[in-house]
Amino acid sequence: MTPRDIACIELVEMLTDYLEGALPPDEVAAVEAHLDTCPPCRTYLAQLRATIRATGSVPVDTLPDEAYDTLLAAFRDRSR
Amino acid sequence: MQADDAAVVDRLRAGDQVAFATVVRQWSPAMLRVARAYVRTHASAEEVVQEAWLGVVRGLDGFEGRAELRTWVFRILVNCARRRGRTDSRMNAELGGPTVDPDRFRHDDDPYPGHWRSDAAPVDWGPEPVVLAAEFRAVLERALAELPERQRAVVELRDVHGFDREEVCDLLELTLANQRVLLHRGRAKLRSVLEGVLA
Repeated sequence: MTPRDIACIELVEMLTDYLEGALPPDEVAAVEAHLDTCPPCRTYLAQLRATIRATGSVPVDTLPDEAYDTLLAAFRDRSR
Repeated sequence: MQADDAAVVDRLRAGDQVAFATVVRQWSPAMLRVARAYVRTHASAEEVVQEAWLGVVRGLDGFEGRAELRTWVFRILVNCARRRGRTDSRMNAELGGPTVDPDRFRHDDDPYPGHWRSDAAPVDWGPEPVVLAAEFRAVLERALAELPERQRAVVELRDVHGFDREEVCDLLELTLANQRVLLHRGRAKLRSVLEGVLA
């Protein structure tokens, strides 16, 4: 069976489901058939993957130092 | 419960401060992100995380090791956050609409409707190390901070802290489908912000 045609505007909204393994097999085939013939969508997917990897190295918020001190003090008191 | 998990629990029960400081430092960032999806301000999220840790300290002796330590800690966190939190009506605003500007695609009167316009198609960013450079990390950090809270929570828990999807659904009380939508919208937004500075 030939995979159905997907337009780029639809494909870009399917990529997370594709990456998450949440698409049924016929939709996976349709996505991959589209990617095979569409360089801009391949670029888009590569950018999405690069974004995910770059996000992994972003520094994130944590508790203020005073909070750590409070918690450590509470922990010490417990052990007494 | 894994063997090293049991070892950590034993050290905590024995009053090992290094072990306690280690788990607090390790898990608090993800806990803040979860809490922030339930409460309105960053300050309340910090209070919720502290409250949760104090609950952990009090509950350590009663922890039976049926769940993993981290799962138990995060369950206490979600309970604290839920008590403090609100019912969320903003959810829908975080779920709808296209993630790429529709004007970048050909219109219905074109022979290829819905395909990229040649003058608006994504342009290669060059080698990946460029995207990982410190200046773009700062751009991403700001972009993450501007995401709606639930999108931010899902993206950070998945892509920064490496939680799996089931855990994220559990912690944020989401269906798998909604988790994917939030992840999709968040990642697509971050991609578009990077595109704005890279392309």
